[in-house]
Amino acid sequence: MEVTTKSMPYEAFKDNEYIEKLVDELRASGTNIVVGSLDKLINWGRSNSIWPLTFATSCCGIEFVSLGAARFDMARFGWEVARSSPRQADFMMVAGTIVHRMVPVFRRLYDQLAEPKYVIACGSCAISGGPFLKSYHVAKGIEDIVPVDVFVPGCPPRPEAMIYGIMQLSRKIKVERFFGGVNRKQKQEEFLAAHPVEGVKD
Amino acid sequence: MANITKKIRTLFPQATFEGDENKPLVVIPNAQWHELAKALRNDPEMAMDYLVTIVGMDWTENLGCIYYLMNSVTDEVVGVKVLAEGTRQQPVIDSVADLWPVAVTYEREVYDFFGIIFLNNPDMRRLFLNIDWVGYPLRKDYDANPAINPVSTESERQTDFTDVYTRNEKGEVVKNEVRVFQKDDFVVNIGPQHPATHGVLRFRTAVDGETIKKIDVYMGYIHRGVEKLCEDLMYPQTLHYMDRLDYFSAHNYHHALCMIIEKAAGIEISRRAQVIRVMMDELSRIASHCLFIGTYCMDLGATTMLFYTLRVREQILDIMEKTCGARMTFNYDCIGGVMQDLAPDFVADVKALLEVLPKNIKEYNEVFTGNVIAKNRMEGVGVLSKEDAIAYGVTGPSGRASGWACDMRKHMPYSIYSELDFEEVLATEGDSMARFKCRLREIEESAKILAQLVDNIPDGEYCVKVPKMLKLPAGSWFQITEGCRGAFGLYLESDGSPKPFRLKIAPPCLPQAAAVDHITRGQKIADLITIGGSLDYIVPDIDR
Repeated sequence: MEVTTKSMPYEAFKDNEYIEKLVDELRASGTNIVVGSLDKLINWGRSNSIWPLTFATSCCGIEFVSLGAARFDMARFGWEVARSSPRQADFMMVAGTIVHRMVPVFRRLYDQLAEPKYVIACGSCAISGGPFLKSYHVAKGIEDIVPVDVFVPGCPPRPEAMIYGIMQLSRKIKVERFFGGVNRKQKQEEFLAAHPVEGVKD
Repeated sequence: MANITKKIRTLFPQATFEGDENKPLVVIPNAQWHELAKALRNDPEMAMDYLVTIVGMDWTENLGCIYYLMNSVTDEVVGVKVLAEGTRQQPVIDSVADLWPVAVTYEREVYDFFGIIFLNNPDMRRLFLNIDWVGYPLRKDYDANPAINPVSTESERQTDFTDVYTRNEKGEVVKNEVRVFQKDDFVVNIGPQHPATHGVLRFRTAVDGETIKKIDVYMGYIHRGVEKLCEDLMYPQTLHYMDRLDYFSAHNYHHALCMIIEKAAGIEISRRAQVIRVMMDELSRIASHCLFIGTYCMDLGATTMLFYTLRVREQILDIMEKTCGARMTFNYDCIGGVMQDLAPDFVADVKALLEVLPKNIKEYNEVFTGNVIAKNRMEGVGVLSKEDAIAYGVTGPSGRASGWACDMRKHMPYSIYSELDFEEVLATEGDSMARFKCRLREIEESAKILAQLVDNIPDGEYCVKVPKMLKLPAGSWFQITEGCRGAFGLYLESDGSPKPFRLKIAPPCLPQAAAVDHITRGQKIADLITIGGSLDYIVPDIDR
């Protein structure tokens, strides 16, 4: 199955094997005709209106500003509604270095994002620590802190690269199972088990 | 200079002098330091009223600080070296926070990095690192084992108290706990994740109704330890961190570090390289101020301005991209000149830019500056007097808006700036509007410099040959240049090896953030964003 977006032909994407593998995995047990069609409809809507969280710590954030301005214009793809509150955003573009002091804040922001949520690691600092790898105060990549969906390399990545990265995310959203998949409601006990509070018993 | 040296010699016979005769470094024991500082600060003829920076040092056998002081009128700089008293576990130096208010923040930084305790500093907390951090990272014997200070997703421990160290009658150092805020203060937390703090800066704001009583600026959310990293790298490798401090002044900071290394190594660069560097600096300045206008207006609610100003910025980025190959972290200046020659259509592109610039500035003024809402929100808001600007070390367009002539391109001319014809933009009001207008006018002045140079780029080599393994002679150098946001100081100490022994970066944004508390006191909380935006600090530049 060709997973593509309207703005870019399928052949232009460089890692189609990955997305095909993902589709095969999801379709392994077959698709229900009714739910599958509903999934498709909802995912079409979701993948075309993913809202980013305004979250930038350093240089990459400025390229994200350029992405929002007239020249690169992410509004063309439905991503322009940058939200300042994590509760209204769909994905988090981690643009910049994450240091020790920022880690708890960053983790909390991720926890505050409403499900289904996605993370893009943007720039070499967020991927691995980048030029600050040997620093005493820099987290060596955000993958140890939160699950990452898309990596966008560069220092900082060009706005075009960011567009490509978010397009990959929207392709991923397109093939996901919405009902019974990403939309699954987490039970309160499960949530508390995953987020233990010090001194409080469940 | 000779005058002030003579004065110190007569008043303080204990003082010795190091370094060359033109720019000696005064060495004074800690016991006389506060007295000397007071004499220098209050000298009737040449008061050293501007504290440029405090360089913390670890010479392995002892710890100490180098203070750089400057007279705001005659631009004379004095360096004073003070060795810490006491053991390595508890080194102490007398605080000068009562003479220069900005010293509170500078001393906290030194305490954070070196563990030097400043007696009588009213706020002796760590500045960038967590309170539970083990060790002082810039000491030479710091244990960088990540197991000692692991990355934790647990919220960091916070405290309402700060420490004040004093001496008791017996001469022992004692620690007193003092509250940061009053006991019944209502404290609002703003940041670090906030769209209008221009990065990850956090303000703990005590408010009385809508009026701000006190702000505790909480930094370190993007502290990356650049100074320590540089100590493990060869000189050409240290350069690329300069791009990532204040990413709008990437060219300017590169230029500054290249210059100080070239000065130390005795490398003469070609005229062509100098002209190229200055042109790139000025292009950066225009791009930086354009982005400032855009984001600042966006903070105040005028979102469309961002699109107008980014139009010019993108045009400049195109020019730079053609020559440097990158849009943001250029890494263009190198020791000996610049990385590669100018792109063939550089001259034509700059001329095209100069043509559209006046029209754009006129448009900005029509759309925003004259707007009645903008006027009401900016005029008279966040007034910083000239004296306070100097005392807090607020340089750059923010300082010049208060009437302090502090443009280092004029006052400590470097490269080819002394030959250029441009005006130092000054205002007297010192409010947010003045800071905004100063930047707008600086764009015009930068355009003037570009216009003088664009047709006069001399031929020649763009980079002279420099040994691959560059070793500097043992010694220390200090230099101040003008970044887009103010005076950018660099202190370099070499022990003769191919790596710097100490590279201290004195950024312009740290004092600006330190002055936020002073400027906003008594103002309305809604104006905090206006004031913070108008100071135009860049958080990675504060934190390094």
